[in-house]
Amino acid sequence: MYEVRIHGRGGQGAVLAAQLLATALVFDGKYAVSIPAFGFERRGAPVVSFIRASETPIRQLTNIYAPDCIICVDPTLARTVDIFAGLKPGGAMVQATSRPLEEVAVADTVGTVGLCDAVRIATEIFGRPITNTLMLGAFARTTGQVSLAALKKVIEQSDFRDAGLAQNLTALERGYEETTVHTLERRLTA
Amino acid sequence: MNTTTTEAAAHTVAERAPQLMLVEGNEAAALGVALARPDMVAVYPITPQTSLVEKLAKLIADGRMDADIVDAEGEHSVLSVLQGGALAGGRTYTATCGPGLAFMFEPYFRTSGMRLPMVMTIVTRDGITPQSVWGGHQDAMTVREAGWIQLYCETVQEVLDTTVMAFRLAEHHDVMLPVNVCLDGNYLSYGAARVEMPDQAEVDDFMGRKDVNWHVALDPLRPMAVDPLTGGSGGTGPETFVRYRRGQCAGMKNALRVITEMHEDWARRFGDSHRFAPLVEEYRLDDAEYAIMTLGSMTGAAKDAVDEARAAGEKVGLIKIKTFSPFPVEALKHALRDVRALGVVDRSVNFRWNCGPMFQETLAVLYRLGRQLPAQSFIGGLAGADLTVATFHRVIAETRALLERPAADEPVWLNAKD
Repeated sequence: MYEVRIHGRGGQGAVLAAQLLATALVFDGKYAVSIPAFGFERRGAPVVSFIRASETPIRQLTNIYAPDCIICVDPTLARTVDIFAGLKPGGAMVQATSRPLEEVAVADTVGTVGLCDAVRIATEIFGRPITNTLMLGAFARTTGQVSLAALKKVIEQSDFRDAGLAQNLTALERGYEETTVHTLERRLTA
Repeated sequence: MNTTTTEAAAHTVAERAPQLMLVEGNEAAALGVALARPDMVAVYPITPQTSLVEKLAKLIADGRMDADIVDAEGEHSVLSVLQGGALAGGRTYTATCGPGLAFMFEPYFRTSGMRLPMVMTIVTRDGITPQSVWGGHQDAMTVREAGWIQLYCETVQEVLDTTVMAFRLAEHHDVMLPVNVCLDGNYLSYGAARVEMPDQAEVDDFMGRKDVNWHVALDPLRPMAVDPLTGGSGGTGPETFVRYRRGQCAGMKNALRVITEMHEDWARRFGDSHRFAPLVEEYRLDDAEYAIMTLGSMTGAAKDAVDEARAAGEKVGLIKIKTFSPFPVEALKHALRDVRALGVVDRSVNFRWNCGPMFQETLAVLYRLGRQLPAQSFIGGLAGADLTVATFHRVIAETRALLERPAADEPVWLNAKD
């Protein structure tokens, strides 16, 4: 079982990203479940969503408390939310940020870091900081848990149309291409 | 073999391979409704059911479902409109929850009394007040004495499959009762999982010929009275009323057999990924010393906890109730025959007995079984609280302790602060 938690803000598409990722995992031949953590959603408020993937059927329909990977689609969120809560030792972190690794807060439990300047790229593509599909590309590049081909297929089959479809495909590919992956060599503590 | 034949064969295989997709529980319910080809749906949106009726409206607007849709002004009207549709011979459907179900109660009771074979999804939601818009079984449990069949689903696939089967069950001549398919608000309604779409042609064959209004019909050429004034203390009033009630109970009793046959037929047609225990599932119960009981979407995490406890040497099993109304007394007696302690987890409250409703029903089954065994009521997952594998490890540990000591009269409140 591989478990992912996506952190975002209301309106950034974290819940949609979880469904797109889970669908891509199904296209890759896996079992997948996505669950949104629910509350009174407001634009800008911190939100989370969860994805489980497995080669065998998944029975748990619950939130995730000890993820293998966290994806943070917003560069300012880590200041207000403990995005590393429960992350398994050696786990992966995929962060939207314009900063280099030395200037990013990284918890001791993190083993792999993927960094993507998603807000700048999204602004170039959409004219707005919509980072969710970009960060799915960044996740694929960082962890190898899902294929880029499956993610493309999901976006092609989604409700995105015309310009939006082309933009999101570009965002996915640029997220994949323009992510830097760092493997941290240090003693991991739980 | 020439190329053309090979290509044709490959094409056939591809067509017969099940279509895999990722859908939410609410969407799965809507897709199940579409497969069953109802004539009329009436809806009023309410959290957490809203995305279900939005999906239905979209299926109809996109021409993928050929049904009339009535966007009524409230749930009381929703059900009243559908009663007319059913009396005119239509296959009818709606979905609601919580306060919407409460507002629907008067026509809700009449639907079963008139033996109208309607299907309604309850996307279960906890009772208010205190205010909450989140999951819990309190709404469905509150109306359990209103004569509807109630089936609870564990997985998204089970939601899809059970929704289709519910129509055939409701319309079966030995049953003729409305059916609630209960799916847990939040974890199942918004939880998206991989499902296999059943083939429409095979579903059509499973459903057979539509036969909704063989017993009553609104037909201008053949006028008849329905829902007569009965009861009182004189004339044929009392016996007429009793005949209605006994008929409803007989339909309920017959439903146990029909539900079992229907699930077997469904699994035979669509395969093992569509096989679900119709009444009561016995999981790792063969040599179990004690067992926990579950209902709905909590069961997945509970099964994982049972597997982990088994790996650690615990002789624990699990009993899942799928059919809650009619209560599957014989099937549950069978499941309980050898266990020596029992923990029952409810996602709602029985205020009268200070325990969970399923726990209370189970005590009655133990009486029929003629066995006294320590049993503990656990209440958790109220108003959207999460029931995790860790929660069920606690339930397992506290149930195991009943092998050594008697059960408490108080429920164990999971997700409580103390």
